[in-house]
Amino acid sequence: MKKAILTVLGHDRVGIIAGVCGCLAEQNVNVLDISQTILDGYFTMMMVVDVDQAVLPFGELAQVLKAYGEERALTIRIQRTDIFDAMHKL
Amino acid sequence: MVSQNNILDTIRMIDKEHLDIRTVTMGISLLDCASESAARSLARIYDKITKKAEYLVRVGTQIEQEFGIPIVNKRIAVSPVALVAGSTEAEDYTDFAKVLDKAGKECGVDFVGGFSALVQKGFTPGDRKLIASIPRALAETDIVCSSVNVGSTRAGINMDAVALMGRIIKETADRTADKSGFGNAKLVTFCNAVEDNPFMAGAFHG
Repeated sequence: MKKAILTVLGHDRVGIIAGVCGCLAEQNVNVLDISQTILDGYFTMMMVVDVDQAVLPFGELAQVLKAYGEERALTIRIQRTDIFDAMHKL
Repeated sequence: MVSQNNILDTIRMIDKEHLDIRTVTMGISLLDCASESAARSLARIYDKITKKAEYLVRVGTQIEQEFGIPIVNKRIAVSPVALVAGSTEAEDYTDFAKVLDKAGKECGVDFVGGFSALVQKGFTPGDRKLIASIPRALAETDIVCSSVNVGSTRAGINMDAVALMGRIIKETADRTADKSGFGNAKLVTFCNAVEDNPFMAGAFHG
């Protein structure tokens, strides 16, 4: 299973989680795990997603999500989990 | 699963602290491109590099996208050219530098390293010709990098090579005087050169 980490950062407002999940569903990306907090009105969400069946190649998927975020004043990134493992695990 | 803080840390390092990958370097052995005929050797070199590194830049870009981290340079490092050109009849090896330049540009890489000679134990005729060609080669190419290893802990320091490189460095500066002596930014004189190092200008395939 090809796992990636999706991060969403921005100012909190209604509909962020619903919107992002809708976008992922359109791209046929399965959500495996979500964690989300709001600190002083600043929204932070991290999701573990499965991109095995994704409609688009990874690079294009990343662009679509980034553009989606930019329209809504959110920073959305998707990265393979390996980079975080490499940085933080021995 | 990596913790949330670790994830945010990594993202911060990339975004705010400019963490990136310096280079992805493909090492290509050109030893099988040696020939008695310089023309044949040059053709083999061009074909091998453009074939092996055809997808290097494209895949590098894909990796940047999948991991969300910039890769600043894509490079190629080849076997020290003195070893490859040594068996040809050529007296001047500038054409070898030019073929590296051409192949590297075809592949879209930032640098090609390996216009090099390892002379810590002494000179072969090929080594001497390579070194003599360095000033012209660096003046007439753009992305080729050159290096000469003049000493090692085991063999000591080749003082003739040290003296020679002093003159070569000066000549390289003179030949690239119109570019602020930039030729020497593409030349390294080493002691104990590390094999397979990806750092320009001293990269070569060990």
